[in-house]
Amino acid sequence: MTAESAANNGEMPVLDTQAGHAFVEFDRVQKSYDGETLVVKDLNLSIGKGEFLTMLGPSGSGKTTCLMMLAGFESATHGEIRLDGREINNIPPHKRGIGMVFQNYALFPHMTVAENLAFPLEVRRIGKADREQKIARALDMVQMGDFGGRRPAQLSGGQQQRIALARALVFEPELVLMDEPLGALDKQLRETLQFEITRLAHDLGITVVYVTHDQTEALTMSDRVAVFDDGRIQQLAAPDILYERPENSFVAQFIGENNTLRGVVTRLDRETCVVRLDGTGEEIDALPVNVSGEGDRTLVSIRPERVELDPALGPGAHTLEAEVLEFVYMGDVFRTRLSVAGREDFVVKTRNRADQRRLAPGEKVKIGWLPQDCRALDPR
Amino acid sequence: MSDAVHGPDQVTGATPDNVIRNADRAARSDDGPVLAADGRPLKQSLNRALRTQKLRALALIAPLLLFIIVTFIAPIADMLFRSVENEIVSETLPRTIVALEGWDGGGAPDEEVYRALAADLVVASELKNHTRVGSRLNYETTGISSLFRQTGRDVDEIGEIHADQFIELDPAWEEPATWVALMGDEGWIERQADWKDRKDAAEAEQEAAETRVERRALDFTEPEPRFRLSETAQQALPRTARIYAQFAQVIQAEESDSPTEEEPWNIVYQALYEDLSAGQGQGYEGRLSELVSEARDAVTGFEDQDIKTYFIEEIDEDWADPKIWGTIDAFSDRYTAGYFLSAIDMQLTPQGIEPQPEGQQIYGLLFQRTMFMSLTIMFSCILLGYPVAFLLSNLPLRTSNLLMILVLLPFWTSLLVRTSAWKVLLQEQGVINDILVWIGLVGDGNRLQLINNQTGTIIAMTHILLPFMILPLYSVMKTIPPQYVRAARSLGATPWTAFWRVYFPQSVPGIGAGCILVFILSIGYYITPELVGGTTGTFISNRIAYHISSSLNWGLAAALGSILLALVLVLYYLYDRIVGIDNVSLG
Repeated sequence: MTAESAANNGEMPVLDTQAGHAFVEFDRVQKSYDGETLVVKDLNLSIGKGEFLTMLGPSGSGKTTCLMMLAGFESATHGEIRLDGREINNIPPHKRGIGMVFQNYALFPHMTVAENLAFPLEVRRIGKADREQKIARALDMVQMGDFGGRRPAQLSGGQQQRIALARALVFEPELVLMDEPLGALDKQLRETLQFEITRLAHDLGITVVYVTHDQTEALTMSDRVAVFDDGRIQQLAAPDILYERPENSFVAQFIGENNTLRGVVTRLDRETCVVRLDGTGEEIDALPVNVSGEGDRTLVSIRPERVELDPALGPGAHTLEAEVLEFVYMGDVFRTRLSVAGREDFVVKTRNRADQRRLAPGEKVKIGWLPQDCRALDPR
Repeated sequence: MSDAVHGPDQVTGATPDNVIRNADRAARSDDGPVLAADGRPLKQSLNRALRTQKLRALALIAPLLLFIIVTFIAPIADMLFRSVENEIVSETLPRTIVALEGWDGGGAPDEEVYRALAADLVVASELKNHTRVGSRLNYETTGISSLFRQTGRDVDEIGEIHADQFIELDPAWEEPATWVALMGDEGWIERQADWKDRKDAAEAEQEAAETRVERRALDFTEPEPRFRLSETAQQALPRTARIYAQFAQVIQAEESDSPTEEEPWNIVYQALYEDLSAGQGQGYEGRLSELVSEARDAVTGFEDQDIKTYFIEEIDEDWADPKIWGTIDAFSDRYTAGYFLSAIDMQLTPQGIEPQPEGQQIYGLLFQRTMFMSLTIMFSCILLGYPVAFLLSNLPLRTSNLLMILVLLPFWTSLLVRTSAWKVLLQEQGVINDILVWIGLVGDGNRLQLINNQTGTIIAMTHILLPFMILPLYSVMKTIPPQYVRAARSLGATPWTAFWRVYFPQSVPGIGAGCILVFILSIGYYITPELVGGTTGTFISNRIAYHISSSLNWGLAAALGSILLALVLVLYYLYDRIVGIDNVSLG
């Protein structure tokens, strides 16, 4: 990150301001494993009660480390972690009362499903009758009522993950952590379980901190998403804001598909700016998001589905000349790759409608977009 | 993922498995065997297809299999067979054993038995077998070995008195030719004469040869035709014929001489006397019938010798001891349980199976001690090895590799060197005692006895066998993901509960493998207990080694070995029943 964007980050409301109501709080938390580099750099994060927060980021971005610090398996090098207003830095994991679901389920292979579920209750010295009732309820919750006598090895991956979920919920924790719980499952199963996890979380009113590197998962499941990179939260926002109004080029590129054009800011107002593109020298209007002055280099981001072919967008809209390089039929959408302003990776997505044009490679076409969909970000 | 499990994400429809299963079901529905595409039964086609693979697999293991059978399985089978084999008694003393059948077990047997024994022992002492059978029976009753050796020296006197009387009656009895004519098969006599002619001719020719080389080339190497007994003689004079045949065999095979040139043993005259005085030879019509009938008429006037008295009074009074005769009788069978009985502190007597006398019961104690010490060593290995393996499997790879080298270091050092090192450390004036005295824990006067007893063996063997516990434990622990303990902790378990309820059960297969390895290795260990065990710290294997190399009682060694093997197999079976052998993992 450049100094400029870091400065911008400071202005952004990364720290949730409703600190009084925060259920989980990271306060200036840092973590280093080797004493030389920081894996987590100055993390400030508040999670409200009942919130479903996802930590999203590429591997090595520090998201899992944050989760492990919250669970108590790693200690923070600096800073405070608070749970329900209480500092928990020095509380061992088993006294935190946090449920956790692991990527590889971590079901105890030598115990049956029911014994796995009984484990957290037994260590809490809950009576047998009470225990059985809770186990039955938890199994029903994940629709695995008949599987109490099975061993984990006799279950499919999806079933094992349901059991792991039931085990994390059976002792009724208020906070549940999930570390890429669906990473090992196939796509269809993942989608079913995504839906079930969110439904359960909302029904039970529990707070969930969910770690994933799958952005679709993050967008569909969460109340808020914290995008991690390089040990920092790049943006913390609701999914729609994250997608439509990324604050910097990392978030724009990491979330969803994105077209980027490089250029220099030639004029900067409060509402708009003008960017001269590198390739052809054409000037386009853009929304200034992460630029500070005229003459700055910038990266302009436009979502592929916001680009129109043969536009009739009315006043203010920009049009550019483009040449079709590739046309891909994807069922619900068409994906057209174009050569725009000297770049050959400009993608346009159009819906598969009866009257939609199917472009052939080599065709010349005009493209355009609304200035507010075109965001001038840090050049990175 | 098994789709036989019914759950929310059960897969139906055309997964590959389902397609196969449906096709299978369709093929099976018409009640015949499933057919391959060419109409042959599917099973047959499959077998044909797999045959080449199986043959190749067999060819790959064949060299090793052969090697193992020849060098391992066959010798062990032979060795184990020795634990019941007892042919030497019945082969060396055939007459005695038959004669003993009528013996009631009380007091000394009849004259008849002593006569049979005399005949057997003369043959045996000529063949030098009497000492072997003596040492065999000495395992059961001490003293028999020297008795047999002494008897072997004196026994050829028996029958001398009869030899003299027969020769006095007719000097022809002294002639080997007379005996050959009397006993030899007609065919054999002819062949022998023929051979003799050729031999003489060859010798004459050799005599005529001029150079030494020529002479050597003319050496007559053909052996004399093997003596054959005439059937007439066999029927008319059975005892004489039997002993004479043995005499001829010994002369030919052992002494490379000819019965035609050797005067028979005294015992042959004794047998002849016995035959004739018993009325045998009545219908003898063969050659020299006159000589025989003359002798038959004369024997009634012969002075006889009481062989029983001779044995007891001239040779050794032990021959009157019914215990000696009981031992011979009890071990007359070709196969015996005697070695196994000895191995469990019992003995075979004419009265049946009895416990050994108090003072001689050592094997039960040794087996108990072996089991006890092996178990102690095994448990010490678990106690010492488990934490080390745990540490190794949880350290970063570089550190754990270094530590692993330290664990393996004993493997690369000679066993003898390690054991000797323990001798230096543990002895009364050794390093450990010196240190204990120096820091004042132990007074100089009562230094600890750490070696030449059980303590020494347990300490040294625990050290030597520790890697065999650590390695399987480590390889199992390495495969237990740290997530399990984390999951347990997050579910509310204290570190100890998480370890005991989640980690430990998953490491049990490693403990099982380590225990089997250490226990089986230690139960048969030999060198270390031999060197540091003194008298109280030795194992059954040391006793086996003693019988193999010192006392040469291989039968007993084999019986002890068989019991040890059976014991290990029983324990292995019990372990399988209790823990399950599938739960053993070497990594």
